[in-house]
Amino acid sequence: MKKIWIAVGVVSALALAGCGGGEKTQTKQAETAAPAGGAATPDLANGATVTGKVVFEGTKPVMKTLDMSAVPTCMNAHKDAPQKSQEVIVNDNGTLKNAFVWVKAGLPDTTVWQVPATPVALDQNGCMYNPHVIGVMVGQNIDIKNSDPTNHNIHPMPTVNQEWNESQPPGTPDKMQSFPRQEVPVAVKCNIHNWMRAYIGVVGNPFFAVTGDDGTFSLKGLPPGNYTIQVWHEKYGTQEQQITVGAKDSKTLDFTVKG
Amino acid sequence: MAPLALRRLAVLTALCTLLLIVAGALVTSNDASLAISDWPLSWGKLVPPMEGGIRYAFAHRVAAAAVAGLVVILAVWQQAREPRAWVRRLGWAAVSAVLAQAALGGAVVRFIDPKLFSIAHACLAQICFGLTVAIMVGHFPCLPAAPASAGPSLFAATGLFLQTILGAAVRHNAITAVPHIAGAVIATALAMWASLQVLMHHMENAPLRRAATLLLALTFSQVFLGLAAYAALAATAGDPQPMPVMIWATVAHVAVGSLAFGAAIALAMMVFRHDEPARPDLARGGMAVA
Repeated sequence: MKKIWIAVGVVSALALAGCGGGEKTQTKQAETAAPAGGAATPDLANGATVTGKVVFEGTKPVMKTLDMSAVPTCMNAHKDAPQKSQEVIVNDNGTLKNAFVWVKAGLPDTTVWQVPATPVALDQNGCMYNPHVIGVMVGQNIDIKNSDPTNHNIHPMPTVNQEWNESQPPGTPDKMQSFPRQEVPVAVKCNIHNWMRAYIGVVGNPFFAVTGDDGTFSLKGLPPGNYTIQVWHEKYGTQEQQITVGAKDSKTLDFTVKG
Repeated sequence: MAPLALRRLAVLTALCTLLLIVAGALVTSNDASLAISDWPLSWGKLVPPMEGGIRYAFAHRVAAAAVAGLVVILAVWQQAREPRAWVRRLGWAAVSAVLAQAALGGAVVRFIDPKLFSIAHACLAQICFGLTVAIMVGHFPCLPAAPASAGPSLFAATGLFLQTILGAAVRHNAITAVPHIAGAVIATALAMWASLQVLMHHMENAPLRRAATLLLALTFSQVFLGLAAYAALAATAGDPQPMPVMIWATVAHVAVGSLAFGAAIALAMMVFRHDEPARPDLARGGMAVA
Protein backbone atom coordinates (compact mmCIF):
# COMPACT_ATOMS: atom_id res chain seq x y z
CA MET A 1 0.00 0.00 0.00
CA LYS A 2 2.84 2.36 0.89
CA LYS A 3 4.45 1.71 -2.52
CA ILE A 4 1.21 2.63 -4.30
CA TRP A 5 1.12 6.02 -2.52
CA ILE A 6 4.78 6.63 -3.38
CA ALA A 7 4.05 5.82 -7.03
CA VAL A 8 1.05 8.19 -7.03
CA GLY A 9 3.22 10.91 -5.52
CA VAL A 10 5.98 10.46 -8.10
CA VAL A 11 3.52 10.45 -11.02
CA SER A 12 1.81 13.58 -9.65
CA ALA A 13 5.13 15.35 -9.24
CA LEU A 14 6.14 14.48 -12.80
CA ALA A 15 2.80 15.64 -14.14
CA LEU A 16 3.10 18.94 -12.28
CA ALA A 17 6.65 19.41 -13.50
CA GLY A 18 5.49 18.86 -17.07
CA CYS A 19 2.84 21.52 -16.71
CA GLY A 20 5.04 24.18 -15.13
CA GLY A 21 6.24 27.59 -16.23
CA GLY A 22 4.83 29.02 -19.42
CA GLU A 23 2.19 26.35 -19.75
CA LYS A 24 0.62 27.57 -16.53
CA THR A 25 0.52 31.14 -17.83
CA GLN A 26 -1.08 30.06 -21.09
CA THR A 27 -3.74 28.09 -19.21
CA LYS A 28 -4.54 31.10 -17.12
CA GLN A 29 -4.77 33.32 -20.18
CA ALA A 30 -6.97 30.77 -21.95
CA GLU A 31 -9.31 30.66 -18.97
CA THR A 32 -9.57 34.43 -18.96
CA ALA A 33 -10.26 34.66 -22.68
CA ALA A 34 -12.71 31.77 -22.86
CA PRO A 35 -16.41 32.63 -22.90
CA ALA A 36 -17.55 32.25 -19.32
CA GLY A 37 -20.88 30.62 -18.61
CA GLY A 38 -23.54 33.29 -18.37
CA ALA A 39 -21.27 36.14 -19.45
CA ALA A 40 -23.14 38.92 -21.25
CA THR A 41 -22.55 40.07 -24.80
CA PRO A 42 -23.79 43.25 -26.50
CA ASP A 43 -27.36 42.76 -27.74
CA LEU A 44 -26.91 43.97 -31.29
CA ALA A 45 -30.53 43.30 -32.23
CA ASN A 46 -32.30 45.09 -29.38
CA GLY A 47 -29.62 47.27 -27.89
CA ALA A 48 -29.03 50.93 -28.64
CA THR A 49 -26.38 52.32 -30.93
CA VAL A 50 -24.44 55.47 -30.16
CA THR A 51 -22.47 56.90 -33.04
CA GLY A 52 -20.56 60.09 -33.31
CA LYS A 53 -17.37 61.79 -34.20
CA VAL A 54 -14.56 63.59 -32.46
CA VAL A 55 -14.23 67.00 -34.11
CA PHE A 56 -11.03 68.99 -33.93
CA GLU A 57 -11.47 72.74 -33.55
CA GLY A 58 -8.62 75.18 -33.99
CA THR A 59 -5.40 75.38 -35.91
CA LYS A 60 -4.23 72.03 -37.11
CA PRO A 61 -0.90 71.38 -35.35
CA VAL A 62 2.13 70.52 -37.45
CA MET A 63 3.72 67.35 -36.20
CA LYS A 64 7.51 67.14 -36.09
CA THR A 65 9.45 64.49 -37.97
CA LEU A 66 10.73 61.80 -35.63
CA ASP A 67 14.50 61.64 -35.45
CA MET A 68 15.41 58.02 -36.16
CA SER A 69 18.92 58.80 -37.37
CA ALA A 70 20.51 56.94 -34.45
CA VAL A 71 19.09 53.65 -35.71
CA PRO A 72 19.65 53.14 -39.46
CA THR A 73 17.27 50.17 -39.61
CA CYS A 74 14.44 52.38 -38.42
CA MET A 75 15.41 55.31 -40.61
CA ASN A 76 15.57 53.09 -43.69
CA ALA A 77 12.03 51.93 -43.02
CA HIS A 78 10.88 55.51 -43.65
CA LYS A 79 13.39 56.61 -46.28
CA ASP A 80 10.63 57.52 -48.76
CA ALA A 81 8.53 59.50 -46.31
CA PRO A 82 10.04 60.47 -42.95
CA GLN A 83 7.82 59.45 -40.09
CA LYS A 84 5.95 62.22 -38.32
CA SER A 85 4.91 62.14 -34.71
CA GLN A 86 1.48 60.56 -34.27
CA GLU A 87 0.61 62.59 -31.20
CA VAL A 88 -2.06 64.59 -33.01
CA ILE A 89 -3.51 63.46 -36.32
CA VAL A 90 -6.28 65.67 -37.69
CA ASN A 91 -8.14 63.95 -40.52
CA ASP A 92 -8.97 65.70 -43.78
CA ASN A 93 -12.59 66.08 -42.62
CA GLY A 94 -11.47 67.98 -39.53
CA THR A 95 -11.90 65.12 -37.10
CA LEU A 96 -9.39 63.69 -34.70
CA LYS A 97 -7.80 60.29 -35.20
CA ASN A 98 -6.71 57.99 -32.36
CA ALA A 99 -9.23 59.19 -29.80
CA PHE A 100 -10.41 56.44 -27.46
CA VAL A 101 -14.15 56.50 -26.77
CA TRP A 102 -15.70 54.27 -24.12
CA VAL A 103 -18.59 53.83 -21.73
CA LYS A 104 -17.13 54.96 -18.47
CA ALA A 105 -20.18 54.61 -16.23
CA GLY A 106 -23.82 53.57 -16.31
CA LEU A 107 -23.60 49.85 -16.92
CA PRO A 108 -24.72 47.59 -14.06
CA ASP A 109 -21.77 46.68 -11.84
CA THR A 110 -23.04 43.13 -11.55
CA THR A 111 -22.91 42.36 -15.28
CA VAL A 112 -20.02 40.15 -16.30
CA TRP A 113 -19.18 40.81 -19.93
CA GLN A 114 -17.84 38.12 -22.18
CA VAL A 115 -14.20 38.65 -23.06
CA PRO A 116 -13.54 38.22 -26.80
CA ALA A 117 -11.34 35.23 -27.54
CA THR A 118 -9.77 37.06 -30.46
CA PRO A 119 -6.64 38.96 -29.46
CA VAL A 120 -6.06 42.56 -30.50
CA ALA A 121 -2.91 43.01 -32.57
CA LEU A 122 -0.21 45.51 -31.67
CA ASP A 123 2.55 45.45 -34.25
CA GLN A 124 6.01 46.98 -34.10
CA ASN A 125 6.57 47.91 -37.71
CA GLY A 126 8.99 50.51 -39.05
CA CYS A 127 9.95 51.20 -35.43
CA MET A 128 6.44 52.48 -34.79
CA TYR A 129 3.54 50.90 -32.96
CA ASN A 130 0.70 50.03 -35.26
CA PRO A 131 -2.02 50.88 -34.36
CA HIS A 132 -1.01 53.83 -32.22
CA VAL A 133 -4.06 53.44 -29.96
CA ILE A 134 -5.93 50.22 -29.27
CA GLY A 135 -8.76 49.16 -27.01
CA VAL A 136 -9.11 45.81 -25.27
CA MET A 137 -11.35 44.33 -22.64
CA VAL A 138 -10.00 43.41 -19.25
CA GLY A 139 -8.45 39.96 -19.68
CA GLN A 140 -8.47 40.12 -23.48
CA ASN A 141 -5.22 39.11 -25.09
CA ILE A 142 -3.01 41.57 -26.93
CA ASP A 143 -0.99 39.94 -29.69
CA ILE A 144 2.31 41.83 -29.73
CA LYS A 145 4.27 41.32 -32.93
CA ASN A 146 7.71 42.43 -34.02
CA SER A 147 7.66 42.81 -37.79
CA ASP A 148 10.90 44.79 -37.76
CA PRO A 149 14.37 43.40 -38.50
CA THR A 150 15.49 44.99 -35.26
CA ASN A 151 15.14 44.55 -31.50
CA HIS A 152 12.36 46.07 -29.45
CA ASN A 153 11.35 46.05 -25.85
CA ILE A 154 7.72 46.42 -24.88
CA HIS A 155 7.25 48.41 -21.72
CA PRO A 156 3.70 49.28 -20.66
CA MET A 157 3.56 51.82 -17.83
CA PRO A 158 0.22 51.29 -16.15
CA THR A 159 -0.64 52.81 -12.81
CA VAL A 160 -3.45 50.43 -11.83
CA ASN A 161 -2.19 47.23 -13.48
CA GLN A 162 1.21 45.62 -13.01
CA GLU A 163 4.04 47.19 -14.99
CA TRP A 164 6.15 44.84 -17.12
CA ASN A 165 8.99 45.02 -19.59
CA GLU A 166 9.95 42.36 -22.13
CA SER A 167 12.47 42.14 -24.94
CA GLN A 168 11.38 41.02 -28.39
CA PRO A 169 14.18 40.35 -30.88
CA PRO A 170 13.31 40.12 -34.59
CA GLY A 171 11.85 36.84 -35.74
CA THR A 172 10.69 35.75 -32.30
CA PRO A 173 7.13 34.53 -31.70
CA ASP A 174 4.38 37.00 -30.85
CA LYS A 175 3.82 37.78 -27.21
CA MET A 176 0.38 37.41 -25.71
CA GLN A 177 -0.35 39.75 -22.84
CA SER A 178 -3.45 40.98 -21.08
CA PHE A 179 -4.35 43.36 -18.28
CA PRO A 180 -6.50 42.21 -15.36
CA ARG A 181 -7.86 45.64 -14.35
CA GLN A 182 -9.66 48.46 -16.12
CA GLU A 183 -7.34 51.35 -16.95
CA VAL A 184 -7.60 54.10 -19.57
CA PRO A 185 -5.01 54.64 -20.85
CA VAL A 186 -1.99 52.40 -20.42
CA ALA A 187 0.99 54.05 -22.09
CA VAL A 188 3.41 51.71 -23.86
CA LYS A 189 6.95 52.62 -24.85
CA CYS A 190 10.06 51.11 -26.32
CA ASN A 191 13.17 52.12 -24.39
CA ILE A 192 15.41 51.19 -27.32
CA HIS A 193 13.67 53.56 -29.72
CA ASN A 194 12.55 56.37 -27.46
CA TRP A 195 10.12 57.89 -29.97
CA MET A 196 7.93 54.77 -29.96
CA ARG A 197 4.71 55.28 -28.03
CA ALA A 198 1.37 53.49 -28.03
CA TYR A 199 -1.67 53.65 -25.80
CA ILE A 200 -4.02 50.90 -24.72
CA GLY A 201 -7.48 51.49 -23.33
CA VAL A 202 -8.31 48.59 -21.03
CA VAL A 203 -12.03 48.52 -20.32
CA GLY A 204 -14.25 46.22 -18.27
CA ASN A 205 -17.07 46.29 -20.86
CA PRO A 206 -17.21 45.77 -24.62
CA PHE A 207 -18.41 49.31 -25.43
CA PHE A 208 -15.36 51.16 -26.68
CA ALA A 209 -13.88 52.35 -29.97
CA VAL A 210 -10.87 54.14 -31.38
CA THR A 211 -11.47 56.85 -33.97
CA GLY A 212 -9.85 56.21 -37.33
CA ASP A 213 -9.30 58.08 -40.56
CA ASP A 214 -12.86 59.46 -40.55
CA GLY A 215 -12.84 60.38 -36.85
CA THR A 216 -16.04 58.49 -36.12
CA PHE A 217 -16.94 55.93 -33.49
CA SER A 218 -19.81 53.53 -32.93
CA LEU A 219 -20.89 51.81 -29.73
CA LYS A 220 -23.39 49.07 -30.57
CA GLY A 221 -25.70 46.91 -28.44
CA LEU A 222 -25.94 49.17 -25.39
CA PRO A 223 -28.65 48.16 -22.93
CA PRO A 224 -31.23 50.87 -22.17
CA GLY A 225 -29.95 53.29 -19.56
CA ASN A 226 -28.07 56.48 -18.71
CA TYR A 227 -24.40 56.46 -19.57
CA THR A 228 -21.28 58.51 -19.18
CA ILE A 229 -19.31 58.37 -22.41
CA GLN A 230 -15.69 59.48 -22.18
CA VAL A 231 -13.30 60.38 -24.96
CA TRP A 232 -9.58 60.29 -24.22
CA HIS A 233 -6.79 61.66 -26.38
CA GLU A 234 -3.07 61.52 -25.61
CA LYS A 235 -2.58 65.28 -26.02
CA TYR A 236 -5.98 66.74 -25.28
CA GLY A 237 -6.93 64.57 -22.29
CA THR A 238 -10.50 63.56 -21.51
CA GLN A 239 -14.02 64.82 -22.10
CA GLU A 240 -17.25 63.30 -20.87
CA GLN A 241 -20.88 63.50 -21.93
CA GLN A 242 -24.05 61.95 -20.54
CA ILE A 243 -26.51 60.13 -22.77
CA THR A 244 -29.75 58.24 -22.20
CA VAL A 245 -30.72 55.47 -24.58
CA GLY A 246 -33.66 53.13 -24.87
CA ALA A 247 -34.01 49.79 -26.62
CA LYS A 248 -33.11 49.90 -30.32
CA ASP A 249 -32.35 53.62 -30.08
CA SER A 250 -29.89 55.09 -32.49
CA LYS A 251 -28.36 58.28 -31.13
CA THR A 252 -25.60 60.61 -32.17
CA LEU A 253 -23.04 62.01 -29.77
CA ASP A 254 -20.28 64.27 -31.04
CA PHE A 255 -17.29 65.56 -29.13
CA THR A 256 -15.37 68.71 -29.92
CA VAL A 257 -11.71 68.93 -29.02
CA LYS A 258 -10.11 72.36 -29.03
CA GLY A 259 -6.53 72.53 -30.22
CA MET B 1 54.13 51.12 -6.45
CA ALA B 2 54.75 54.54 -5.03
CA PRO B 3 52.12 56.48 -3.10
CA LEU B 4 52.12 58.99 -5.93
CA ALA B 5 50.60 56.28 -8.12
CA LEU B 6 48.01 55.70 -5.41
CA ARG B 7 47.15 59.39 -5.54
CA ARG B 8 46.82 59.21 -9.30
CA LEU B 9 44.55 56.19 -8.98
CA ALA B 10 42.39 58.14 -6.53
CA VAL B 11 42.10 61.01 -9.03
CA LEU B 12 41.32 58.58 -11.86
CA THR B 13 38.66 56.85 -9.76
CA ALA B 14 36.95 60.14 -8.93
CA LEU B 15 37.01 61.21 -12.58
CA CYS B 16 35.64 57.85 -13.75
CA THR B 17 32.89 58.03 -11.13
CA LEU B 18 31.89 61.42 -12.51
CA LEU B 19 31.84 59.95 -16.02
CA LEU B 20 29.69 57.12 -14.69
CA ILE B 21 27.21 59.68 -13.36
CA VAL B 22 27.17 61.32 -16.80
CA ALA B 23 26.56 57.89 -18.38
CA GLY B 24 23.69 57.31 -15.96
CA ALA B 25 22.23 60.72 -16.75
CA LEU B 26 22.39 59.87 -20.46
CA VAL B 27 20.47 56.65 -19.78
CA THR B 28 17.72 58.51 -17.92
CA SER B 29 17.57 61.41 -20.36
CA ASN B 30 17.32 59.08 -23.33
CA ASP B 31 14.56 57.14 -21.58
CA ALA B 32 16.72 54.02 -21.96
CA SER B 33 16.81 52.68 -18.40
CA LEU B 34 14.87 49.56 -19.37
CA ALA B 35 16.26 49.08 -22.87
CA ILE B 36 17.94 46.02 -21.39
CA SER B 37 15.25 44.05 -19.61
CA ASP B 38 17.52 41.60 -17.80
CA TRP B 39 20.34 41.86 -15.25
CA PRO B 40 23.18 41.04 -14.71
CA LEU B 41 23.29 39.73 -18.30
CA SER B 42 22.21 42.00 -21.14
CA TRP B 43 19.66 40.49 -23.50
CA GLY B 44 20.85 37.11 -22.19
CA LYS B 45 24.44 37.81 -23.30
CA LEU B 46 27.59 39.47 -22.05
CA VAL B 47 27.42 41.94 -24.94
CA PRO B 48 23.95 42.79 -26.26
CA PRO B 49 23.10 44.00 -29.77
CA MET B 50 24.16 47.64 -29.88
CA GLU B 51 21.38 49.89 -31.05
CA GLY B 52 19.26 52.75 -29.80
CA GLY B 53 18.81 52.90 -26.06
CA ILE B 54 20.70 49.64 -25.52
CA ARG B 55 23.94 51.50 -26.24
CA TYR B 56 23.36 53.92 -23.38
CA ALA B 57 22.20 51.27 -20.93
CA PHE B 58 25.07 48.90 -21.76
CA ALA B 59 27.71 51.65 -21.73
CA HIS B 60 26.45 52.59 -18.27
CA ARG B 61 26.82 48.98 -17.12
CA VAL B 62 30.35 48.71 -18.52
CA ALA B 63 31.34 52.03 -16.94
CA ALA B 64 29.84 50.86 -13.63
CA ALA B 65 31.88 47.66 -13.77
CA ALA B 66 35.04 49.65 -14.51
CA VAL B 67 34.41 52.05 -11.63
CA ALA B 68 33.65 49.15 -9.29
CA GLY B 69 36.97 47.59 -10.27
CA LEU B 70 38.84 50.86 -9.72
CA VAL B 71 37.22 51.41 -6.33
CA VAL B 72 38.08 47.88 -5.17
CA ILE B 73 41.70 48.22 -6.36
CA LEU B 74 41.94 51.60 -4.63
CA ALA B 75 40.58 50.21 -1.35
CA VAL B 76 42.87 47.17 -1.40
CA TRP B 77 45.88 49.31 -2.30
CA GLN B 78 45.10 51.80 0.44
CA GLN B 79 44.70 48.96 2.90
CA ALA B 80 48.24 47.85 2.08
CA ARG B 81 50.00 51.23 1.78
CA GLU B 82 47.95 53.97 3.42
CA PRO B 83 48.87 54.62 7.07
CA ARG B 84 45.84 56.79 7.88
CA ALA B 85 42.90 54.75 9.09
CA TRP B 86 40.24 57.25 7.99
CA VAL B 87 41.43 57.18 4.38
CA ARG B 88 41.39 53.36 4.43
CA ARG B 89 37.89 53.43 5.89
CA LEU B 90 36.74 55.83 3.19
CA GLY B 91 38.05 53.34 0.62
CA TRP B 92 36.00 50.49 2.03
CA ALA B 93 32.98 52.74 2.41
CA ALA B 94 33.29 53.50 -1.30
CA VAL B 95 33.47 49.77 -2.07
CA SER B 96 30.30 49.18 -0.02
CA ALA B 97 28.53 52.07 -1.72
CA VAL B 98 29.51 50.93 -5.21
CA LEU B 99 28.38 47.35 -4.55
CA ALA B 100 25.09 48.60 -3.09
CA GLN B 101 24.74 50.84 -6.13
CA ALA B 102 25.22 47.88 -8.48
CA ALA B 103 22.58 45.90 -6.59
CA LEU B 104 20.23 48.89 -6.72
CA GLY B 105 20.82 49.24 -10.45
CA GLY B 106 19.94 45.57 -10.88
CA ALA B 107 16.83 46.05 -8.77
CA VAL B 108 15.73 48.96 -10.98
CA VAL B 109 15.82 46.59 -13.97
CA ARG B 110 14.37 43.54 -12.20
CA PHE B 111 11.52 45.41 -10.53
CA ILE B 112 10.72 47.50 -13.64
CA ASP B 113 11.99 50.92 -12.69
CA PRO B 114 10.19 51.69 -9.42
CA LYS B 115 10.58 55.40 -8.76
CA LEU B 116 11.93 54.92 -5.25
CA PHE B 117 14.69 52.60 -6.48
CA SER B 118 15.55 54.87 -9.40
CA ILE B 119 15.78 57.93 -7.15
CA ALA B 120 17.82 55.97 -4.58
CA HIS B 121 20.12 54.85 -7.41
CA ALA B 122 20.67 58.46 -8.48
CA CYS B 123 21.33 59.57 -4.89
CA LEU B 124 23.70 56.71 -4.08
CA ALA B 125 25.62 57.64 -7.21
CA GLN B 126 26.26 61.05 -5.65
CA ILE B 127 27.36 59.41 -2.41
CA CYS B 128 29.79 57.21 -4.37
CA PHE B 129 31.15 60.27 -6.13
CA GLY B 130 31.40 62.17 -2.85
CA LEU B 131 33.37 59.32 -1.31
CA THR B 132 35.80 59.12 -4.21
CA VAL B 133 36.29 62.90 -4.05
CA ALA B 134 36.94 62.64 -0.31
CA ILE B 135 39.50 59.89 -0.91
CA MET B 136 41.12 61.93 -3.64
CA VAL B 137 41.41 64.98 -1.37
CA GLY B 138 42.72 62.66 1.33
CA HIS B 139 45.66 61.87 -0.90
CA PHE B 140 46.59 65.55 -1.07
CA PRO B 141 47.50 66.18 2.56
CA CYS B 142 50.12 68.83 1.86
CA LEU B 143 47.71 71.69 2.28
CA PRO B 144 48.74 74.92 3.93
CA ALA B 145 47.26 75.71 7.29
CA ALA B 146 43.89 77.43 7.11
CA PRO B 147 42.29 77.87 10.47
CA ALA B 148 38.61 78.18 9.73
CA SER B 149 35.32 76.51 10.48
CA ALA B 150 34.36 73.68 8.17
CA GLY B 151 30.71 74.17 9.16
CA PRO B 152 29.58 76.30 6.19
CA SER B 153 31.26 73.95 3.71
CA LEU B 154 29.63 70.94 5.35
CA PHE B 155 26.26 72.68 5.23
CA ALA B 156 26.87 73.51 1.58
CA ALA B 157 27.77 69.88 0.79
CA THR B 158 24.67 68.67 2.64
CA GLY B 159 22.48 71.21 0.87
CA LEU B 160 23.86 70.31 -2.53
CA PHE B 161 23.37 66.60 -1.82
CA LEU B 162 19.74 67.14 -0.76
CA GLN B 163 19.31 69.15 -3.92
CA THR B 164 20.50 66.18 -6.00
CA ILE B 165 17.83 64.05 -4.29
CA LEU B 166 15.17 66.58 -5.27
CA GLY B 167 16.62 66.73 -8.78
CA ALA B 168 16.47 62.95 -9.10
CA ALA B 169 12.88 62.98 -7.87
CA VAL B 170 11.98 65.55 -10.55
CA ARG B 171 13.74 63.56 -13.27
CA HIS B 172 11.84 60.44 -12.29
CA ASN B 173 8.52 62.31 -12.14
CA ALA B 174 8.05 61.68 -8.43
CA ILE B 175 7.60 65.38 -7.59
CA THR B 176 7.06 68.66 -9.41
CA ALA B 177 9.94 71.06 -10.07
CA VAL B 178 8.82 73.50 -7.34
CA PRO B 179 10.66 71.84 -4.39
CA HIS B 180 13.76 71.50 -6.58
CA ILE B 181 13.66 75.19 -7.47
CA ALA B 182 13.16 76.12 -3.81
CA GLY B 183 16.02 73.81 -2.92
CA ALA B 184 18.20 75.52 -5.51
CA VAL B 185 17.77 78.84 -3.74
CA ILE B 186 18.81 77.33 -0.40
CA ALA B 187 21.69 75.30 -1.85
CA THR B 188 23.00 78.34 -3.73
CA ALA B 189 22.84 80.43 -0.58
CA LEU B 190 24.74 77.76 1.37
CA ALA B 191 27.38 77.44 -1.33
CA MET B 192 27.78 81.23 -1.40
CA TRP B 193 28.09 81.32 2.38
CA ALA B 194 30.76 78.59 2.38
CA SER B 195 32.71 80.10 -0.50
CA LEU B 196 32.55 83.72 0.60
CA GLN B 197 33.52 82.81 4.14
CA VAL B 198 36.71 81.23 2.82
CA LEU B 199 37.35 83.97 0.28
CA MET B 200 36.92 86.74 2.84
CA HIS B 201 39.19 85.19 5.44
CA HIS B 202 41.73 83.20 3.42
CA MET B 203 42.24 85.09 0.19
CA GLU B 204 45.99 84.61 0.61
CA ASN B 205 45.63 80.82 0.78
CA ALA B 206 45.76 79.83 -2.89
CA PRO B 207 44.43 76.24 -2.67
CA LEU B 208 41.51 77.28 -0.47
CA ARG B 209 40.81 80.30 -2.64
CA ARG B 210 40.73 78.16 -5.76
CA ALA B 211 38.46 75.57 -4.18
CA ALA B 212 36.04 78.23 -2.92
CA THR B 213 36.02 79.99 -6.29
CA LEU B 214 35.39 76.68 -8.02
CA LEU B 215 32.45 75.91 -5.71
CA LEU B 216 31.00 79.34 -6.38
CA ALA B 217 31.48 79.07 -10.14
CA LEU B 218 30.00 75.58 -10.31
CA THR B 219 27.01 76.53 -8.19
CA PHE B 220 26.15 79.53 -10.36
CA SER B 221 26.74 77.49 -13.52
CA GLN B 222 24.37 74.92 -12.10
CA VAL B 223 21.67 77.53 -11.56
CA PHE B 224 21.99 78.67 -15.17
CA LEU B 225 22.00 75.08 -16.43
CA GLY B 226 18.84 74.44 -14.43
CA LEU B 227 17.25 77.46 -16.10
CA ALA B 228 18.52 76.21 -19.47
CA ALA B 229 17.00 72.77 -18.85
CA TYR B 230 13.69 74.38 -17.93
CA ALA B 231 13.83 76.65 -20.99
CA ALA B 232 14.64 73.65 -23.20
CA LEU B 233 11.67 71.80 -21.74
CA ALA B 234 9.38 74.76 -22.36
CA ALA B 235 10.71 75.32 -25.88
CA THR B 236 10.27 71.68 -26.89
CA ALA B 237 7.04 71.01 -25.00
CA GLY B 238 5.11 70.16 -28.16
CA ASP B 239 7.87 68.10 -29.74
CA PRO B 240 8.45 64.38 -29.57
CA GLN B 241 10.54 63.84 -26.46
CA PRO B 242 13.30 63.40 -25.59
CA MET B 243 14.72 66.15 -27.83
CA PRO B 244 18.54 66.43 -28.07
CA VAL B 245 18.59 69.93 -26.54
CA MET B 246 16.65 68.59 -23.57
CA ILE B 247 18.98 65.62 -23.21
CA TRP B 248 22.15 67.69 -23.21
CA ALA B 249 20.77 70.38 -20.94
CA THR B 250 19.71 67.87 -18.29
CA VAL B 251 22.88 65.78 -18.56
CA ALA B 252 25.01 68.92 -18.12
CA HIS B 253 22.82 69.93 -15.17
CA VAL B 254 23.39 66.55 -13.50
CA ALA B 255 27.15 66.59 -14.19
CA VAL B 256 27.71 70.13 -12.91
CA GLY B 257 25.50 69.41 -9.90
CA SER B 258 27.75 66.48 -9.05
CA LEU B 259 30.84 68.63 -9.52
CA ALA B 260 29.42 71.31 -7.21
CA PHE B 261 28.68 68.66 -4.59
CA GLY B 262 32.22 67.30 -4.98
CA ALA B 263 33.71 70.81 -4.73
CA ALA B 264 31.80 71.43 -1.50
CA ILE B 265 33.13 68.17 -0.05
CA ALA B 266 36.65 69.05 -1.13
CA LEU B 267 36.40 72.52 0.37
CA ALA B 268 35.02 71.15 3.64
CA MET B 269 37.84 68.63 3.86
CA MET B 270 40.50 71.18 3.03
CA VAL B 271 39.28 73.52 5.75
CA PHE B 272 38.66 70.74 8.26
CA ARG B 273 42.05 69.10 7.78
CA HIS B 274 44.14 72.26 8.01
CA ASP B 275 46.02 71.08 11.10
CA GLU B 276 46.80 67.56 9.92
CA PRO B 277 50.55 66.96 9.64
CA ALA B 278 51.66 66.67 6.04
CA ARG B 279 53.04 63.38 4.78
CA PRO B 280 56.58 63.87 3.55
CA ASP B 281 56.14 61.27 0.80
CA LEU B 282 53.32 63.33 -0.72
CA ALA B 283 54.95 66.68 -0.30
CA ARG B 284 55.38 67.33 -4.01
CA GLY B 285 52.75 69.60 -5.40
CA GLY B 286 49.67 70.94 -3.72
CA MET B 287 45.97 70.60 -4.07
CA ALA B 288 44.92 72.90 -6.86
CA VAL B 289 41.25 72.24 -7.16
CA ALA B 290 39.00 69.32 -6.29
